[in-house]
Amino acid sequence: MTNKNDGTTEARDKDRAKAKVDGAIDGIVGRGNRDGAQLFRQWFEELNQTAESGGQSAYVFVMGSFNEILKTFDLPVVFPEINSLQTAVRRVSHELLSEAEDYGYSPDICGYVKADVAVQLRGGEHPMGKIPKPSLAVYTNACNTYVKWAEIWERMYDIPVFTIDVPGSRDVHDMANTSSGHFENDRRYVEAQIHELIKLCEKVTGKKFDIDKLRQIMGYANDISVSWKRILELNKNKPSLFNALTDGTIYLGVANGFRGDEAGATYFKELVKEMEYKAEHGIGAITDEKYRLVFVGVPCYPIFRRFNELFSDWGGTFIHSTYLWFASGGANCGFEYDLKNPIASLAEGTLVSVRDAMDSMFHQDRAIEGMLKDYSVDGVIYHPIKSCRTVSTGLADGRRYLTDKHDIATLFLESDMMDRRVVSEAQMKNRVDAFFEGLASRRRHTQSA
Amino acid sequence: MAYSAGVDVGSTQTKAVIVNEEGTIVSRALIDTGANVVLAAQNSFNSAREDAGLSEQEIEYVIGTGYGRYRVTFGNAQVTEISCHGRGAVKMFPNTRTVVDMGGQDTKAIRVSPTGEILDFCMNDKCAAGTGRFLGAAAAALDIPLDQLGPTALRHKHPVRISTTCTVFAESEVLSWLGKGKKIEDILWGVHQSMATRSAALLRRVGIESEVTFTGGVTKNTGMVQALEDRLELKVNVSDDSHYMGALGAALFALDHILESRRSPQESAEKSA
Repeated sequence: MTNKNDGTTEARDKDRAKAKVDGAIDGIVGRGNRDGAQLFRQWFEELNQTAESGGQSAYVFVMGSFNEILKTFDLPVVFPEINSLQTAVRRVSHELLSEAEDYGYSPDICGYVKADVAVQLRGGEHPMGKIPKPSLAVYTNACNTYVKWAEIWERMYDIPVFTIDVPGSRDVHDMANTSSGHFENDRRYVEAQIHELIKLCEKVTGKKFDIDKLRQIMGYANDISVSWKRILELNKNKPSLFNALTDGTIYLGVANGFRGDEAGATYFKELVKEMEYKAEHGIGAITDEKYRLVFVGVPCYPIFRRFNELFSDWGGTFIHSTYLWFASGGANCGFEYDLKNPIASLAEGTLVSVRDAMDSMFHQDRAIEGMLKDYSVDGVIYHPIKSCRTVSTGLADGRRYLTDKHDIATLFLESDMMDRRVVSEAQMKNRVDAFFEGLASRRRHTQSA
Repeated sequence: MAYSAGVDVGSTQTKAVIVNEEGTIVSRALIDTGANVVLAAQNSFNSAREDAGLSEQEIEYVIGTGYGRYRVTFGNAQVTEISCHGRGAVKMFPNTRTVVDMGGQDTKAIRVSPTGEILDFCMNDKCAAGTGRFLGAAAAALDIPLDQLGPTALRHKHPVRISTTCTVFAESEVLSWLGKGKKIEDILWGVHQSMATRSAALLRRVGIESEVTFTGGVTKNTGMVQALEDRLELKVNVSDDSHYMGALGAALFALDHILESRRSPQESAEKSA
């Protein structure tokens, strides 16, 4: 029940005031968001400079970016997925989607692809600066759209596109198995492809491969993976330390753009310290945490902040999200490269992490099941989106599995990651309100039992 | 004697129900929502109140529900129509475990516990297919008053199959069947079957458990009741008050508040916080 003067706005104001005071006193709380936003701007400024100077760049994707190799050749990395979602957050994606549809793309095609096509048609003009043209594109098979997307750039710019074929998990009940014979075969298969990628990078850049530089970059990547895993685990804390949807997306941007950079490694070490500090001092993501939720899917970027408020107004906060798994390319596994055998280990890390990312989209049910108790989960929010079949297809099965085996509240909320034409806030609010009414009723019965 | 009220502001019609301390309906009112939602809420409430012979002060707590629930400006709180239909259905038909609510702009499937608690729900998504609007479009295309849709459809002999799920395209499909010389009752039954199929799909998503209670404005349509029963292969609960189920649920939630406040004001405040 929503009371007429329930003070939700007042509660939010208190949250913000508290965070502000804490930040002023300690200089730690909120540092991750502040520094993350600054790094993000810095990254796009560097891309802008590259575009203006006509420098080289590599187009990559979040699930298997191969930053480690590309940065060894000093290639700035461009993540078109991140560029596209930024247009939605900045409320201009509808213009870009319309332009791509006017050009001939169907309304049913991935919104990320269409926004990127429009940015390319505009000569790289983007709300955060100019995006450089690609010198090559590297992608895995983690998302089937990646392949077709890269072929668009191949046609547009006549550039080499390179596929790293990552064999998927063989068995849904044994997904993390790295000791089978299959795994070693698959690892060698990926390693062979990495050697080919290195040759291609040498050809594109005219630079000689430097394995010691790769080691250094992989060392920074290790720092990020280890920290990322730790940060996600720290959110078991009550109250939760960060909002997996709003704060988590900022962290993700740094995890992708700065993977293999010293700045990224430092950022994540500091972020661990911030979370440990908050845990020690009982500082939560919101002041009155009533319901701890897990988000499954890709965020609703066209109404990013408002979407979260639909939940926070009821005291709900997202303590975890499968997005933090697959959109970090599986960095949540915390895989640490063996720097003595960098290429062999890069292949192993790719196999472990990208597989996990793929499984997080389709077989997330087992992982969520394992979290319910440890993270004190009250509800799971499934967010299937119109323009991404890859991430949405398995959600109904995942939800059915979870609700059949566990007494856990779930909500299916359909919208989109990019296209506000299919985002109906009034309908979403109705569903979210009903979900919380059910949660409140469930809690009353549990307490009175 | 305590009285509470529920005001259900829907996209097409606004309903108000007043209940007494036993949760029995003492009066009800129904008006078209129109463009002025605030006025519709006020008028339906006043109409029900006057019908019961009660003053405003005698109605201790009012809850708004429906899409216009935040426009029930005189109300004390809001509850979604999903919770209210579940609560109302279990009150009226205590063995209800599944609710199908067909309103003007949406259709909902709701699974409830024996106490009326919402266990799961599912709704049509950003599209009026399978809702009252779908029937309205067919009625307009065939030039038949809404209250004659059901009786006419039940006279069918050789029903046609309406394949589109889009309300806009349904109208053109209806016209194309007319052009092929099909009878109005056969076309209309096809429209009802199409809606029943959509609703059954929603119900399957939450799990169909007997008894099923049918609520919302479309319950007035006898053809729709028959089509739904045929599709689900079971009898559905319907009453003359099914149209008021959301408002009834809201009134019952309001009554809960009154009774809880009496028992322990402090505890009640803590619970509703």
